Amino acid sequence: MALPLTSQLINVLAALLLLISFAMLSQRRVLSLINLYAWQGLVLAVNTFTVAYSTGQDHLYFSAALTLLLKVLLLPWILHRLIRKLNVKWDVEPLLNIPVTLLVGIVLVVFAFNLALPIAQLAGTITRSTLGIAMASVLLSFLMMITRRKAVPQVIGFLAMENGLFFAATSTTYGMPMVVELGIALDILVGTLILGIFFFQIREAFDSLDLKHMERLRED
Amino acid sequence: MNQTAGILFQLGQSLLLVAVAPLWLGWVNQWRAWLQNKRGAGLFQPYRGLAKLFNKEALLAHRASPLFRATPYILFGCMWLAAGIVPVLATSLPYSPAADVIALVGVFALARVFMALAAMDVGTAFGSLGARREMLIAFLAEPALLMVFFTASLISHSTALTTIVETLAHKQFALYPSMAFASVAFLMALLAENARLPVDNPATHLELTMIHEAMVLEYSARHLALIEWASSIKLLTYTVIGIALFLPFGIAQAGDWSALPVAVGALLAKLAVAGPGLALLETLSAKLRIFRAPEFLGTAFLLAVLGMLTHFLLET
Repeated sequence: MALPLTSQLINVLAALLLLISFAMLSQRRVLSLINLYAWQGLVLAVNTFTVAYSTGQDHLYFSAALTLLLKVLLLPWILHRLIRKLNVKWDVEPLLNIPVTLLVGIVLVVFAFNLALPIAQLAGTITRSTLGIAMASVLLSFLMMITRRKAVPQVIGFLAMENGLFFAATSTTYGMPMVVELGIALDILVGTLILGIFFFQIREAFDSLDLKHMERLRED
Repeated sequence: MNQTAGILFQLGQSLLLVAVAPLWLGWVNQWRAWLQNKRGAGLFQPYRGLAKLFNKEALLAHRASPLFRATPYILFGCMWLAAGIVPVLATSLPYSPAADVIALVGVFALARVFMALAAMDVGTAFGSLGARREMLIAFLAEPALLMVFFTASLISHSTALTTIVETLAHKQFALYPSMAFASVAFLMALLAENARLPVDNPATHLELTMIHEAMVLEYSARHLALIEWASSIKLLTYTVIGIALFLPFGIAQAGDWSALPVAVGALLAKLAVAGPGLALLETLSAKLRIFRAPEFLGTAFLLAVLGMLTHFLLET
């Protein structure tokens, strides 16, 4: 255990990120899903800040602040407003039942860890061992998007996946260039807004947010 | 000389745990009452309950076998044994090589098997119903508990509880992400194994929901007192295992008797905080449907496995 304290802290935050990903996967309510998403954003911001502090990469401070602003405050607020307007506090209906989803989740985690191990050995950053966790949380969010039937949880899954990707970027290369990061931040913001408008349209057309109505083509 | 001191200390510690267990239960119950805006029965109510039961005449069902009569004593013995293994105040326990963490889980399992057998022995409907439910919960909680112990063992390269605690408490300070997962899993297993609220409600005798209480319905007087005392020892033992694994700071090192007062103070402080914590957790959570319990414990198991996986990824 010769690791410096900051790197240990990064490891703990990475573990927390994975824990929150699993919590999102097992969550039944839309409202707590959004709260968990905000927590994940907070962990991500603290993690980015820690990496910035320990490596002296100044631009990471900006991206930590950006994460805090966007993913902890703005996006959860938009989502809260959205579900209030759509009046969707109902329970999430997963396609698979929760224990099976969690079991699949753990298989994904093992897969991601195995995949990341050889890559991590080549990397030289202090955060290299967290790559596996980043990949695992991307896969878990992906699983969440697949197993949820309703539109709002799918969008939250999409946003959580972006969190995972962001974490992967921070942990392998100390973050992407500022332009890319700003671009992505703007992207998910606009994406969420557009998807919010979509929700209203979907509900108007099908009277529900259940996406299985969109699987059939109608030619009229 | 040192060995005699060790044995005396061992004896004193396990006696202390047995004596203090009802007090700790009273502390938790008192906080639970306060959190629910009730006045509570006082810290010493469990002792009063035990004294009352010991003074009553024991009644047995007509067809009760010797097993039924022996079970309370076996139960009490098992819990006492378990309490003796856990390093509470110091890690120098001459008795602890007798059983490592795996054997500790085995001791709990032994007590549980006898409890279930005794519950079915008399042949009442509630007894076998309770036994069945208890086994359902136990067989799911046990692997989670074992995985938690394995995670701790991987860190310290030993399955002996004293060595684990020694490593965690006295080596260079390090943050273990795997232990974060393990602590959540352990907490869930603790709640399930001790028949606490999300899984079983210890305060109710409602037929449809009770698990542990259904098994002890046929017991009376000193038998019931021993069983209740044993379950309070079990709760305390689980709590001190949790403290020893996840918050071991302040525990006295082997052979260092001068650190003992600090250890006593630290333990009291930790237990004093853990009581309201447990009560708060129980007040905030509603009882799960019995068929949701496997999901709850499945989550605990997954978290423990995740803890092991993160140990391999992050800490090696």
